Amino acid sequence: MKEVSTMSSESAADSIGEDPAVDTAGDGDEDPPLRVENLRKEFGGITAVDGASFTVADESLTGLIGPNGAGKSTTFNCITGVHEPTDGAVYFNGTDIAGLAPNVIANRGLVRTFQIARELAEMTVLENLMLAPQRQQGEALYRSILPPFRDGVIEEETELREAVWESLEFFEIDHLAEEQAGNLSGGQRKLLELARALMTDPDMLLLDEPFAGVNPTLETKLLDRINQLRAEEGLTFLLVEHDMDIIMEHCDPVIVMHQGHVLAEGRPEEIRNNERVVDAYFGEQQ
Amino acid sequence: MELYARGQQLLRDQPGLVVVAVAAMLLVGDLFGKLLGGGLTAARFGGFVWDGLVIGLLIGLAGIGLSLTYSILGFANFAHGDYISWGAFSGWAVAYLLAGIDRYAAGGLLLIGAGDGPAPGDVGVSITNTPGSILAGLVVAVGFTIGVSLLVDRLVYRPIREADGITLLIASIGVAFVLRYLIVFFFYSGRQGVTDISRVPSYDIGGVVINAHELTIVAIALALMVGVHLLLQRSKLGKAMRAMADNRDLAQVTGIPVEGVIRTTWILGGGLAGAAGYLVVLTQGTIAYDLGWLLLLLIFAAVIMGGIGSVYGAIVGGLVIGLASRLSLIWLTGDLSSFAEPVAFGLMIFVLLFRPEGIFGGVSTA
Amino acid sequence: MSSDQFQTGRLTQFRELLERSDAALVLTAMAAFYLLFLGVGAILNYDVAGLISILGQVTFFTAVYALIVLALNLHWGYAGLFNIGIAGFMAVGVYTMAMLTAPPTGSPPGLGLPIAVGIVGGMLAAALVGLVTALPALRLRADYLAIVTVAISEIIRLTYNSPAFSTFTLPGGIALGTGGASGIGNFPSNPVRAIYYVDPSSAASGTTPIGAAVFGFFEAVFGVVRSAVIVDLTYGLVLAVVVFLVYTLLARVGNSPFGRVLKAIREDEVVAKSLGKDTNRFKIKTFMLGCALMGLAGVLWQGFGTGAVYPQAFRPELTFYIFIAVIIGGAGSNTGSVLGGAVFANLLFLLPQYLPTMIEQTFSIQANPNNFIAAVGPIAAGEIAPLLGYILNQRLPALRFVFVGVLLVYLMQNRPEGLLGHRTETAAAVDLSEGHTPGGQTGTDLTAPDEGGVDNE
Repeated sequence: MKEVSTMSSESAADSIGEDPAVDTAGDGDEDPPLRVENLRKEFGGITAVDGASFTVADESLTGLIGPNGAGKSTTFNCITGVHEPTDGAVYFNGTDIAGLAPNVIANRGLVRTFQIARELAEMTVLENLMLAPQRQQGEALYRSILPPFRDGVIEEETELREAVWESLEFFEIDHLAEEQAGNLSGGQRKLLELARALMTDPDMLLLDEPFAGVNPTLETKLLDRINQLRAEEGLTFLLVEHDMDIIMEHCDPVIVMHQGHVLAEGRPEEIRNNERVVDAYFGEQQ
Repeated sequence: MELYARGQQLLRDQPGLVVVAVAAMLLVGDLFGKLLGGGLTAARFGGFVWDGLVIGLLIGLAGIGLSLTYSILGFANFAHGDYISWGAFSGWAVAYLLAGIDRYAAGGLLLIGAGDGPAPGDVGVSITNTPGSILAGLVVAVGFTIGVSLLVDRLVYRPIREADGITLLIASIGVAFVLRYLIVFFFYSGRQGVTDISRVPSYDIGGVVINAHELTIVAIALALMVGVHLLLQRSKLGKAMRAMADNRDLAQVTGIPVEGVIRTTWILGGGLAGAAGYLVVLTQGTIAYDLGWLLLLLIFAAVIMGGIGSVYGAIVGGLVIGLASRLSLIWLTGDLSSFAEPVAFGLMIFVLLFRPEGIFGGVSTA
Repeated sequence: MSSDQFQTGRLTQFRELLERSDAALVLTAMAAFYLLFLGVGAILNYDVAGLISILGQVTFFTAVYALIVLALNLHWGYAGLFNIGIAGFMAVGVYTMAMLTAPPTGSPPGLGLPIAVGIVGGMLAAALVGLVTALPALRLRADYLAIVTVAISEIIRLTYNSPAFSTFTLPGGIALGTGGASGIGNFPSNPVRAIYYVDPSSAASGTTPIGAAVFGFFEAVFGVVRSAVIVDLTYGLVLAVVVFLVYTLLARVGNSPFGRVLKAIREDEVVAKSLGKDTNRFKIKTFMLGCALMGLAGVLWQGFGTGAVYPQAFRPELTFYIFIAVIIGGAGSNTGSVLGGAVFANLLFLLPQYLPTMIEQTFSIQANPNNFIAAVGPIAAGEIAPLLGYILNQRLPALRFVFVGVLLVYLMQNRPEGLLGHRTETAAAVDLSEGHTPGGQTGTDLTAPDEGGVDNE
């Protein structure tokens, strides 16, 4: 298990189909962005995650798949602090973050999206994005209300506004800027959530089924953005997805979870031909 | 060694619980010291325990309904206290009427002495003097309060059955206002004597003075609790109620008649609240429009302590709250005795903070 | 164009103004309430001093309700904190103020400190009690938080009510007290009086130059010789200024990155956390600020407004009034809070106090039966007057509560977002739509008639 999971970053890099700009050679001796060791999570008597271990290489787009109930979303929740793991460790950039609060983990640059898009429905698209940038000085109450500090807050807000509009144009949802987020379509919400997560300026993003309910055109667009962000800004992505075509075409490596632990890990073609994986999926479906 | 490790674990996981346990042990130790050292006579201690049991049984009785509606309908019913008050007023109106109709005009009796109505000493209601009227009053209290709770459910809660807990909670505050001040409208806003205390016999058992009204309360409360137990354990509806308290959505899927269960819940909860309100007057000797509201927070404390949704938890929680508020008087002497109620509220806050699922575990009616 | 059309045109313009400008909305509502109560005074044949007095009352109750509703809106409307312990926090504010400022020689004794120290001390004490409540309680579910806060509010009231602290001695030998059930009567006199009187505690001490000028003006122009009504009206106006300041403060809180996080917490706390916001800190700060404002409201209302403070004034009913007011206005909106406070104070609190006298004068109802049976009995004989007399003379306050309860249920069933509608206020310190280099947006002037139209994609 251990040997498999320490997949070298080179193999992740050369599988990226598009641009060879991703160069991870220099990062070889650094800690990988994410390393999960022996993660366990029990709810009452039920074990949702049962000793899962895997590593996500720098600037990769790693896929995480598995049948329903395999423990993917619980793993996400344990990594991002929504749930406290029963046991095990989660290393982000070399430090153990298991059991830390979600906001602390997000502050360190590990940000997630949700399986069912959680837009802030009664806030406008603009407000949703303005919320995201971390460590805004106006988040200190006294700076927001006291005159001498308020000017600095306004200045910062003006700068953020620029960035937000840029992001909206980037995701081509600027025409919806003033709309309440709750009025958006499913695909638009997914775009909004990705845009919002990116506004936090993360090092790594965990995306929980970002393409569910998104039409193929948008899907391609999103994947292009993801690859662009990896190449240009050095972001790392871990992606939970049900659509096998997306996984097999875009993700490398692919991690397969089954019954709470990692069943297999490898390049897409290896996974496709792995008997245990096939068994797990078909065993589930009968 | 094993024990030590587990103790350390407990201290880490539940520091508040440990503090409370240590404090409780200190108090128990001090209690024994007082009892043995003569600072507290056994009779006085027995008196506190008896008082605590009486009020605790009533809180538990009223708490059953609050607990069931909280878990089955999903909101904290702030009008529950005013169901209790209506139980008291409807029941005592009839008890008064039956006890005094041979001597006084019906109007003044029905209004429990409002305006120029007859005084309690003249009507002479007590369990030994007029047992029939007292029992009839109990039946009316139960029946009338069931009617009130069903009517309120139909008019207020049913149209917004699917609303969130806070919306329903606020609506219940509105219901509380309506019910409470309708009592003032029909009756009065002061506190008035009802039972004829001079004619209630009392018995000295080992120095603890117990009066006939308290004995009546204990007997009726225990009988009602046994009845609820049998209903929940033996009948099909009881099973359905327990299933719904555990998981409403699941129960709905499995074909349990949801509205029917909800109606039964109100009948059970309303009836017990009415009985509790009626009996509270028996021990206090007086009646007031806000008597249920004043009890409500104590009942919430009992229900939360016992675990929301648990019938037996509510009963035990009621006893704990009743005993705690009375036994605290061992330490809260003189001017400090006014802190008996805050002590009960404080206990509830502690439970909410350190064991929000209640002392007796999670949601379960069993 | 006929004058009818002209009229409707003006009306539409006015409505648009109200929709656009919060200030115009509030001022219009206040003008309406002043007119209403001038009418009430006219029906009751009040003289000019009486009319000024009634306007002073309208101003006072509108202002204090607006103030406390604004504070609650910060908790509930902004951050979704379901605090039903408002009365307790008000009590802490006003009691602390009273204990700090009451003369050491009085009964109960106080510390005799200046009023300003008392006000600040009252707000700080309320904020601290808020902190003690918030630190553990904010982790709880909303309905548990409700039960905890109402329990704390009752603990506070029963503590002030207890004879144990009626008078007590601090470690340094300084005597202090809450006065127990009878409260603190020697509350410092309203600072507004210092504008008019040489010695603020006594109207007989003679007038200051300002006092002489103002009183002289009112006597010469309106023939008003009762200076007390002028002092009360002045206090009402001072409170209106306080409301404006608090409104501005809260508008700043709302229109800022801080307020944006609060809005997010109210909607979905997990999302706010996942975006790196330490939501507990935001909630604790908000809770403390709101509690401080509740303490201030207590000082200005039950303190200077009443001139005495006693525990029975802080029963949980008070909390529920405030809630009804915030629900009327629509939680989340500051302007709605002010309007909700004004509507509750004037129509549900003040007006019913004048109603019985007005109806009796108009219809001359003499009957005054003292119980319900005596009131309904005569209906069999066709006499309705006893019932009316019973309702008006005996039970109007009770019916007012019944009405308030019905209103609350109605609002929850039909308009949970508030009677005055849900108003959204954008949470940002700058106008967000501005930063965009407008593409299709500049043409809006021309396409304006197509109202609410979604931009072309």
